[in-house]
Amino acid sequence: MIQALSGQLLLGLINGSFYALLSLGLAIIFGLLNVVNFAHGALYMMGAFAAWMGLEFLGIGYWWALLLAPLAVGLVGVLVERLLLRRLYGLDHLYGLLLTFGLTLIAEGLFHHFYGNSGQSYPVPGALQGGFRLPFMYLPIYRAWVVGVSLLVCLASWFVIEKTKLGAYLRAGTENPRLLQAFGVNVPVLRTVTYGFGVALAAFAGVMAAPIYQVQPLMGSSLVIVVFAVVVIGGMGSIAGSIVTGIGLGLVEGLTKFVYPEASAVIVFMVMALVLLVRPAGLFGRER
Amino acid sequence: MSRGRSPAAWGYAALLALGLAAPFLVYPVFAMNVLCLALFASAFNLLLGYTGLLSFGHAAFLGSAAYVTGHAAKVWGLPTEVAVLLGTAAATALGALFGGLAIRRSGIYFAMITLGFAQMIYFLVVQLPWTGGEDGLQGIPRGKALALLPLDGPLTMYYFVLAAFLGGFWLVHRAIHSPFGHVLHAIRENEARALSLGYDVARYKLLAFVISAGLAGLAGSLKAVVLQFASLSDVHWHRSGEVVLMTLLGGMGTVLGPSVGALVVVTLENYLAGAGSWVTVITGAVFVVSVLAFRRGVVGEAGAFLRKSFGGVKP
Repeated sequence: MIQALSGQLLLGLINGSFYALLSLGLAIIFGLLNVVNFAHGALYMMGAFAAWMGLEFLGIGYWWALLLAPLAVGLVGVLVERLLLRRLYGLDHLYGLLLTFGLTLIAEGLFHHFYGNSGQSYPVPGALQGGFRLPFMYLPIYRAWVVGVSLLVCLASWFVIEKTKLGAYLRAGTENPRLLQAFGVNVPVLRTVTYGFGVALAAFAGVMAAPIYQVQPLMGSSLVIVVFAVVVIGGMGSIAGSIVTGIGLGLVEGLTKFVYPEASAVIVFMVMALVLLVRPAGLFGRER
Repeated sequence: MSRGRSPAAWGYAALLALGLAAPFLVYPVFAMNVLCLALFASAFNLLLGYTGLLSFGHAAFLGSAAYVTGHAAKVWGLPTEVAVLLGTAAATALGALFGGLAIRRSGIYFAMITLGFAQMIYFLVVQLPWTGGEDGLQGIPRGKALALLPLDGPLTMYYFVLAAFLGGFWLVHRAIHSPFGHVLHAIRENEARALSLGYDVARYKLLAFVISAGLAGLAGSLKAVVLQFASLSDVHWHRSGEVVLMTLLGGMGTVLGPSVGALVVVTLENYLAGAGSWVTVITGAVFVVSVLAFRRGVVGEAGAFLRKSFGGVKP
């Protein structure tokens, strides 16, 4: 009983860390670029695939993949921003959403063509195999690792954005890009870097997800829709808010899986409806 | 011509003639599919093109109406018209519920909220006992129109769908060109201003949303009767994206654009039916190209061309 509960809560915590990583990336991209990046899920999927392909074709192990896959996918992001997204600044938000939606279809279709629907499995790295037998549950080391590292990356991102000079530029650009440009900061480059960074976060989550979930082309699209709901619930106004909301909703989802599994797929959307009723601007949001 | 009939009126007349002749020119089921999706896209355009609200979850209304109609016709054995009306009513009610919540946020959040609600409907359809899960509802009977004309024949079915399409299309057209439509236009251009002029913006948005959802439901109900099945793909987010593409490609904020877009997209999908995953890739590529280079769409570009060529003549 308690074992099943804590198992679901752990899985919820893992999902929550992915929600946090992804919604964090979405929030900073939206803040500076004014683009709702629908492709975030596809890029998460590409991160997982990059890790799997690295292992399969080049013999690159998990630890290098953790570094290289986000770099590779981040580079794809930089190209996308330079070649495509850049042309849409100054237009209505919806075009950015539609463009990245199209890119999602392209990426998913391509991976689906080459790898089909069935998932590829990715082994848990040797050093993280096994688990602890706690008095109330069995804790696989890898899962504990995922939660720990995700939290660490979230905290590091928060630190960079809130406490460093680069983060100050980012926040200034979010408030008023033209004024920032007038102060001599190269805003276009800042945008490219920001998009690349947000995308790399998604790919990083993808690599960490690879040993837990099957690596398959559609793994990102259902996730990104949940992450959008998380963003609606939390509001994109605050970095810490995104992280707290993401993890909290992961836990709520895990709890639902234990109490009433049938509702676990829709619980986040139900919470979203409730938040819209009670606090339309979102838990941490300012309407912009 | 003495009263200066506009090119648009001629366009409508030509299209009506085409609509009447279509089942003799192309495969009727193809034509009916185009009509259903054209109605779906026109309903969607009322929201995106004329109110400036991007709903990314319109498949919820199309799909749920398809399932309700299918269930009513197949299991309850209701007459076709009643089943279609029931499906439309269900989508309208769902539209009132989702719309009422979604309009509490604006801009980009609105798109995310509608997408989330549609995903909720998708999961419900997967899990509910009467929707047939992965298989969907199959073998929906077409029944008889007005309890007289059997709809099994392709021609009777076609004209039944055409009549419903024209009714829905006329309603959208009326809504756009009514005072109500002008208020929607004002909201799209400048919401704060419309609000300060004393319009109850939230109520107008909600009404537009409900009409749009109801007509999308009508399209879904008809589609279920025509194809005799309702499937998960009708509630999937790909379907929500498809209707955005049709509207964008045809020209958002134009009366005829969505129908043109539906024709183009359905034709494209028909041609590519054997191409498997490439359909998704090509759809995505069309999306990207339309957003980057073709934002006015076919009808929008044609209108601009006409204006340029015949300076001063308003199409």
